[in-house]
Amino acid sequence: MIREFSSADILFIVTAVRWTLILSAIAFAGGAIGGLAIALSRSSQNRVLRRIATGFIQVFQGTPLLMQLFLVYFGLAVVGLPIDPLLAAAVALTLHASAYLGEIWRGAIEAVPSGQSEAATALALGYRDRMRHVILPQAMRIATAPTVGFLVQLIKGTSLASIIGFTELTRAGQIVNNATFQPFLVFGTVAALYFLLCWPLSLLARHLEARMRRALMR
Amino acid sequence: MYQFNFQPVIQNLDLLLFGAWLTVRLSLMAMLFGLVVSVLGAVAKTSGIRPLRWLVDAYVEVIRNTPFLVQIFFIFFGLPAVGISMSPNTAALVALVVNVGAYGTEIIRAGIESIPRGQIEAGRALGLNPVQIFRYVVVKPALRNIYPSLTSQFIYLMLTSSVVSVISANDLASAGADLNARTFASFEIYLVLTVLYFLLALGFSTLFAAIRRVFFTYPAGR
Amino acid sequence: MTEHAIIMRAVNKYYGAFHALADIDLTVQPGERIVICGPSGSGKSTLIRTINQLEPIESGTIVVDGVELTAGGENVAKVRKDVGMVFQSFNLFPHMTVLENCILAPMKARKVSRAEAEKTARHYLERVKIPEQADKYPAQLSGGQQQRVAIARALCMKPRIMLFDEPTSALDPEMVKEVLDTMIDLAREGMTMLCVTHEMDFARAVADRVIFMDKGRIVEENAPAEFFGNPQNERLRNFLGQIA
Repeated sequence: MIREFSSADILFIVTAVRWTLILSAIAFAGGAIGGLAIALSRSSQNRVLRRIATGFIQVFQGTPLLMQLFLVYFGLAVVGLPIDPLLAAAVALTLHASAYLGEIWRGAIEAVPSGQSEAATALALGYRDRMRHVILPQAMRIATAPTVGFLVQLIKGTSLASIIGFTELTRAGQIVNNATFQPFLVFGTVAALYFLLCWPLSLLARHLEARMRRALMR
Repeated sequence: MYQFNFQPVIQNLDLLLFGAWLTVRLSLMAMLFGLVVSVLGAVAKTSGIRPLRWLVDAYVEVIRNTPFLVQIFFIFFGLPAVGISMSPNTAALVALVVNVGAYGTEIIRAGIESIPRGQIEAGRALGLNPVQIFRYVVVKPALRNIYPSLTSQFIYLMLTSSVVSVISANDLASAGADLNARTFASFEIYLVLTVLYFLLALGFSTLFAAIRRVFFTYPAGR
Repeated sequence: MTEHAIIMRAVNKYYGAFHALADIDLTVQPGERIVICGPSGSGKSTLIRTINQLEPIESGTIVVDGVELTAGGENVAKVRKDVGMVFQSFNLFPHMTVLENCILAPMKARKVSRAEAEKTARHYLERVKIPEQADKYPAQLSGGQQQRVAIARALCMKPRIMLFDEPTSALDPEMVKEVLDTMIDLAREGMTMLCVTHEMDFARAVADRVIFMDKGRIVEENAPAEFFGNPQNERLRNFLGQIA
């Protein structure tokens, strides 16, 4: 049955935004923990650890997010878990975010001049204190802009969860479109909502980057 | 315990390999046309014509701040409503070109702007005309500066192109989806698909590194 | 029939509201060596950059070797072929070898054959005393060597006038001399030269005239002995006191 595109449909789409946000938040939180582990492993003295972290990043940056989603989705059955779109999407996006954030943060850690680490070592600070009090605070400043930039990529990435059947913004649009058959209007609305989520973050990232560059020039 | 069954994948490996070729072809075509769009976009952005710049800005911002999946839905399902219908394959190519064109516009603009003013002034002081300056002074260093961004953009494009399978355009992911519909060896199929995409990405980044060594061997300036 | 190498009459140049050059009158004879100095922002670089129109002017006339610059595009191209310029930051092309840097403009702007251009290039690289670096890339050379290549590159166009825009300011102290020596050699051979520089020893050694600029104006100009021995203007006296 084809029916009109009504305000109820708009409401349905708009409220689906919360699932896009929830999924993004889960993936970002998980990715932050994973990313920190990856970044520290990548810049550690331990060769094996470095190799593993490098391999992890290469695999997740060298394969499509869509394939990662499918693999986790069908992989749940392989390890004997129930197939659940939210769980699959959360796991896949977390792994994806870990790889990207890990790479961004590794770059930031390495961008801190080596003299900082040497000075901290000369002051008899151990690895933990060196990282916690000297390197990471400086790296965080460097990493802020690209991290916000990645958040945009992550929010857009959550749209792929619709393909494995998780009802977030994009899938809500598909559902409404199947009922009303107003694809131009429906997907236009969906796109506009994504734009409203992502654009401010993009502007913020650019602003932070410009401020960073000015600070470095001084 | 899960029983792995790679038989369907092995028996149909030729289909998947053909799909991989389709993905490569689609990505190369999208990149080629996308670069044309990018150059036009970058020229328009650096031109003094205000409305043109706003138009390009709007295009770049809209594309970069919406998911590719929604873009392809809009192009394939939405545009027919205003009289623009395309086959899945054409829609896939158009969507990828539009997408990579937006990212490429920014990359190329940055490349042009990365050339120090002094280089252009030196060319002018030596009596070279603007076309000669662009050709002999600007192009190679600019290309060298943006080469890493352009090549990683290509690989990202190739990975993103798997999304065109949702409108059943022909590519590697679609070949996998077809096979999955016939055999239901889902995990095994997607594992092999993932490996194939990874090999493509690895192959291209190796190729790009080799090209870089051949063409951009001059030592970096300070 | 040109008696004057450069004639500037009532030249004015603005950056927005900033008056970069104010009523500049300057005549340079062929073979004359002129040193221009002054505090930063005084317009000295801007002045020599108007001579090959890297900076367009708002009003006034500039005639270079009998060719009027203000008349338009074609003359500008002609003047640029006859006027060499050396920059503070060298501006060598990083993707070309030293030799390629030297032959590009002769081949493209003067339409000289490659063989001819290479011959000329090797001659001038010899003159600036780095013939052995011909196949290296700029980034492989020291700053002093890069600047000497830049001088050779400009000379390869067989210019009648050479402009130097703070050629030693970006150099480490130990490399300043090698570049100045090259410039002194050039001056001794009778090249018409305009040099923006703070190297006052260089000015004493080779300049026919020294010009002091401040706030876009030529405040004082004189032969070096008089210029340094008996400066008239107070700002010049301050300036000389600061850099001595």
